Amino acid sequence: MSTQGPSSQTILVVGGGIAGISAAIESAESGLDVILLEQSPVLGGRVSLLNRYFPKLCHPTCGLEINYQRIKKAKNLKVLTMSSVEKVDGEKGNFTVTVKTQPRHVNANCTACGACADAATTEVPNPSNYGLDTLKAAYLPTEHAFPMRYVIDPSVIGTPEADAIKAACKYAAVDLDETETTFEVNAGAIIWATGWRPYDANKLTSYDYKNPDVINNVEMERLAAHDGPTEGKIVRPSNGEEAKKVALIQCAGSRDINHLPYCSRICCLGSLKHAAYVREQYADAEVDIYYIDIRAHDKLESFHQKLKRDPQVHFLKSKPASIFTGEDGNPVVQGEDTVTREVYERPYDLVVLATGMEPSTQAGRPEVTLEEDEYGFIVPHSDDESGHISAGVASGPLDVSMSVQSATAAALKAIQAVQGA
Amino acid sequence: MSEQDIIGVYICEGCGIGDAIDVDATAGIATDELKVPLCKKHSHLCSDEGVKLIAGDVAAGAVNKPVIAACSPRVMADKFTFDGAHVVRANLREQVVWCHPAGDEDTQMHANDQVRMGVAQAKKSDSPEPWSEGAFSETILVVGGGYVGMTAAREASKAGYKTILAERTDRLGGMAAKWSKIMPHRPPYREPQDNPVGDLISAVENDNNITVMTDTFVTKTSGMPGQFTVDLSKGGSASTETFGGIVVATGWRPYDPNKLGHLGYGQSPDVVTNVELEGLLGDGPVNRKSDGNPVKTVAFVQCAGSRDPQHLPYCSSVCCGVSIKHAIQMVDADPDVMAYVIFDELRTPGTAEEFYRVAQEKGVIFVKGKVESVGSDLTVTYHDDLLGDDIPMSGLDMVVLATGMVPNSTNVDQPALELEDEELVMIKDDINPLAEITVSGYAEGNEAPEIPELGGQEVPEGAPILNLQYRQGPHIPILADGFSDSHYICFPYETRRSGIYTCGPVRRPMDMGEAGQDAAGAVLKAIQAIRNVRDGKSLHPRTGDLSFPKFGLDICTKCRRCTVECPFGAIDEREDDFPVVNPTRCRRCGTCMGACPVRTISFDNYSVEMINDMSKAVEMPDEFAEKPRILILACENDAYPALDMAGINRHQYSAFVRVIPVRCLGSVSMLNASDALSSGYDGVVLMGCKSGDDYQCHFVKGSGLAKERMGKIEETLSSMMLEPERVTTMEVSIADSATIGKTIDAFAEVINGIGLNPFKGF
Repeated sequence: MSTQGPSSQTILVVGGGIAGISAAIESAESGLDVILLEQSPVLGGRVSLLNRYFPKLCHPTCGLEINYQRIKKAKNLKVLTMSSVEKVDGEKGNFTVTVKTQPRHVNANCTACGACADAATTEVPNPSNYGLDTLKAAYLPTEHAFPMRYVIDPSVIGTPEADAIKAACKYAAVDLDETETTFEVNAGAIIWATGWRPYDANKLTSYDYKNPDVINNVEMERLAAHDGPTEGKIVRPSNGEEAKKVALIQCAGSRDINHLPYCSRICCLGSLKHAAYVREQYADAEVDIYYIDIRAHDKLESFHQKLKRDPQVHFLKSKPASIFTGEDGNPVVQGEDTVTREVYERPYDLVVLATGMEPSTQAGRPEVTLEEDEYGFIVPHSDDESGHISAGVASGPLDVSMSVQSATAAALKAIQAVQGA
Repeated sequence: MSEQDIIGVYICEGCGIGDAIDVDATAGIATDELKVPLCKKHSHLCSDEGVKLIAGDVAAGAVNKPVIAACSPRVMADKFTFDGAHVVRANLREQVVWCHPAGDEDTQMHANDQVRMGVAQAKKSDSPEPWSEGAFSETILVVGGGYVGMTAAREASKAGYKTILAERTDRLGGMAAKWSKIMPHRPPYREPQDNPVGDLISAVENDNNITVMTDTFVTKTSGMPGQFTVDLSKGGSASTETFGGIVVATGWRPYDPNKLGHLGYGQSPDVVTNVELEGLLGDGPVNRKSDGNPVKTVAFVQCAGSRDPQHLPYCSSVCCGVSIKHAIQMVDADPDVMAYVIFDELRTPGTAEEFYRVAQEKGVIFVKGKVESVGSDLTVTYHDDLLGDDIPMSGLDMVVLATGMVPNSTNVDQPALELEDEELVMIKDDINPLAEITVSGYAEGNEAPEIPELGGQEVPEGAPILNLQYRQGPHIPILADGFSDSHYICFPYETRRSGIYTCGPVRRPMDMGEAGQDAAGAVLKAIQAIRNVRDGKSLHPRTGDLSFPKFGLDICTKCRRCTVECPFGAIDEREDDFPVVNPTRCRRCGTCMGACPVRTISFDNYSVEMINDMSKAVEMPDEFAEKPRILILACENDAYPALDMAGINRHQYSAFVRVIPVRCLGSVSMLNASDALSSGYDGVVLMGCKSGDDYQCHFVKGSGLAKERMGKIEETLSSMMLEPERVTTMEVSIADSATIGKTIDAFAEVINGIGLNPFKGF
């Protein structure tokens, strides 16, 4: 891939989650050439692993479907999965970006027929379910995968199983010899939409994350999802029993100078949504939300009010001191209520830690001088001259709508950068 | 179908199709029964060889309407695109062989019918000719000269676009010009930042791409994206300009504190609003308005009006941060100042948390409580949950009411227009944000809570911002609580008026950091609209679609359903009452087509007739065969993909269904259902997205309209002596792949119970 002349009008978008997808498609539909890089085998990022969105409780795949259809129609948008940036040289208007692509071992001949998965025998942790269950070593990441193409897990490469997988494919789509490749692309502007990862709950040492019935909020999304490990049934991971008495712990890591000093913005609303998931499944469920402040900003306040009206959803102003495993194995939440001053110690079927969002920029990014704040968020649009633009949660803790808003703004900034180049 | 049309059928044998059905038999349907001149099969059509096979036939002129009977149209679209050919896809894979048993007679019949329907579709559809008439403007109108509007104009200019920036007052700056300092939105997020508005005004005034018009408001807007004609009044003198797109950044105004008498406003000059305090904040300490003495003790009353069903039901988002800024500014100016912030929920989302921390470090006291009253002696009484009692806080020198934001979705400087109810619909709440959510039930002793009455249901006062000369009225539609927001989480700029984008606090309460980005986002959408409509391309979500509705006025009865039901206000009425479509406003959903009782609205590649011909193309087994047929008209955005994913998961369901994807359930005519029944179908299902307050229909009301229309079909059915249960609407989501087959099977059982359609064989 090369461009004519010294400058490039191509926009490179790094990260294929909702922000990257939005930035790429909004740029492409404005007439620009766009390359979208995603390091995993499929687009969709974090949102594709959510069961539903607040406050409408609608499914992320609905909007992704429209975005994928838009991508299919945009001939000037090229999607490269399993690809990440290794090196960036040059400057605004004329970046040379070294891209590294990991082997998928399945080429564009793949029809997604599934014969390879039938031939595979090894089970590997399911990356789409945070490893809560397993899938075959030849797999379609999700039923809604884009691109609709299988992946072969590197762990079986070089084994007889891999040969059997290759033999099962009628369409010469399995390429066991594929290796990591690097190549260069030219771009005039780079949009960094590298997203986030959940704060590691193991660092919250007093919160007993090792108890199987203490999970984090992204795992709760998978428990509630129809294509999750429990087919959408909210149960206790320890024994598969219905989880009817549920504690949702806010600010698990966020607003804490020892962990994430900032507020992650989405966790309160995420937990309100989790309360709704539980209440949708069980008539006799009781949900306790432990919080410091419920941050349901702007019109999202109505979602807060809806849950507050439910007599079986309780709001307890308290940051629990500890969570421990009781004698019967149940997680027990312990602390003091800051309103009533009551000291409590309550057992639950399931405890969900509302862990915050940590920018994943550090891990997934080469050495590029970008303006970052002390938390690692790339300060948005700080310098019109740099040609580096951030979008979505790479720029700060945002919800989905704000991420798309930020991505749309980033598309304009990128267009300004390449047109002025 | 014109005489030049050459249909060819290409049947793929790959992905299990060849194993599950007799492909030769299906090919025989094409050649022998349908007399298609060309039919080929291939082991896997999506291979280079397969694609070349079709491409070669197209290039040789042997076919120009290939019907590709293979996988779902949702996949391989990049491979099955051929210049000069109108491609039709027949879904044999996901919706036949992957969801029905291999080798079964009914599976074979379904496959054969898919080819029949594909050929019928090819006969009744053509590659669309885009609409492009007249001159297109590339200039953007920005309404509102505050921080957001100025930012929008500057962002457009940096992308090379000219704007006219219309400001209703005599100067630029808006509300933000009043701020002494602003909340920090750049690292380290610890100190109030300098107000950028002064510099922004100079930048705007020195920008050759921006024409500033102060003292100006819009008196009339007509036309459509790419071709808006806008009448402006500048200090009473009128002018007319044309624009390609419009950005509305009319901002907000503070909630009227006179409505907050219980919080002491008006009872003492030292009870001020947060906006009024900005005017008192200078470099030095703040002095009391009453006696000029310096303020030593101040209390900030949060949620003064906001989050209160009697006033503003929503959270105004910025007030917590603003009070923190004020407290910090006052303490910085005079370290002896004692500042109390009385709050219910302290909301400093994101990195603003650091600002909150700074205030605590500086000794600002945060008190959790709900303020009940403020007396004329400045005694603040708040309810303390811990003590369960009302606590008075006295000895204060000043009380600041943190009042919230009211969106300027209308121009309150100008009188409201006399409008009919129908034209006011757009400015009444589109949804009830407090509508209940689904719960499975309540435990013993608990009852379902009552849904509170909605506040703020009145029509906002004042004149329309743009005074749109649209059949559906002059206002920009509002979603709820007066905000002109989008109801789509994934698509925050998609509202019901194409080419017009709102941004900033008129859309949603937001701070300046977010609003500046929002301005850039709205400008991007305006530029995108300008670039696409001049090529005849649709805007979101059917982006790039070149088709547009065509009206056969010869049989139009002027019933006005199309002009009323269009979700985007794209259709106006001429003076003689005939409908006239504004093609670039149109988003190609086909709601007009579904509304038209005489089926005279159609697209080049989509029509009531096409759907009918497809449904009638199916071979209808006679009444003795005991093979019912159920027609499913499935929304292509959610229901159709869910059916595909059921196939991908190999979930099995009744092979008696015949599925036709539709652009939106809104495009389905009642005639499609009644015609299907009269041609022998035993049941008809309209499968679409969720309607109601949390609607997910990407054309706003399509699934709701379908429900409403089909609610009226009972009469038609009873006149046909048919059971009303034969026609149903189903709301499914795209995530229903695991259950959609069961839902279909349950309906098939219902039909089984009713018995076969007596019209069969007629």
